[in-house]
Amino acid sequence: MKDNISSSPILNIVSRILFAPIIIFGLYVQFHGDYGPGGGFQAGVIIAAAFILYSMVFGIKKGETLVPIKINQYLMCIGVLLYAGVGVVSIFLNGNYLDYNVLASDSSSGQHLGIILVELGVGITVATVMIALYHSFASFRIKDD
Amino acid sequence: MGYLIHYSTIFFLFLGCFFILSGSVGLIKLPDVFSRIHAAGLIDTLGTGFIILSLIIHSGFSLLSLKLLLIPLFILFTSPISGHAISLFAHESGYKPKAKLKR
Repeated sequence: MKDNISSSPILNIVSRILFAPIIIFGLYVQFHGDYGPGGGFQAGVIIAAAFILYSMVFGIKKGETLVPIKINQYLMCIGVLLYAGVGVVSIFLNGNYLDYNVLASDSSSGQHLGIILVELGVGITVATVMIALYHSFASFRIKDD
Repeated sequence: MGYLIHYSTIFFLFLGCFFILSGSVGLIKLPDVFSRIHAAGLIDTLGTGFIILSLIIHSGFSLLSLKLLLIPLFILFTSPISGHAISLFAHESGYKPKAKLKR
């Protein structure tokens, strides 16, 4: 059994072609999410799917050089902190926790800004956690004796 | 013209549903991996293809139909490739087709 499947030219070339469109579609879902179907969670999963496809085809080693584990862990925490930070900022601006109305001068644009920031945090966290889950499961080896 | 759009939408929708249904039956009834991949490919290409074609006819010619057109394009790229990957690895790890040739 080969370690990766990049030796098959069909899979190699098609995954090279599809890598960028999948990420663009993920960004579309991310930033379309506040006034249409979509949102942070779905966009995070789609973006993570692109990276998971890359490390499925080209092997787990190349996938970990594309998304280093250290940076991945930092990005997970940044996403959660962005989510919680928006809530805390709205407490300091005389609102409730995650009360978007006080974030900008009027409540409508405050809602807009708050939803974009929170969804961005959710998207970053979901994408990096998915990639980390895939890498930790895929680098699992059963010891053969 | 309105009737034509209406009835062709219904026709292609039912055609897509028929292919999805027959693909699902094949996915359960067929004997081994390779023939099941064949049935699953029917669902992905013809089933979703016809359903999205009917949606494009229904929505008319607009930005929405262009976005709808991108979905079957993506599916036509990915679905045969995933079938290829499954069958390649089934073949490499030593599966043999169960179906016998009748001579």
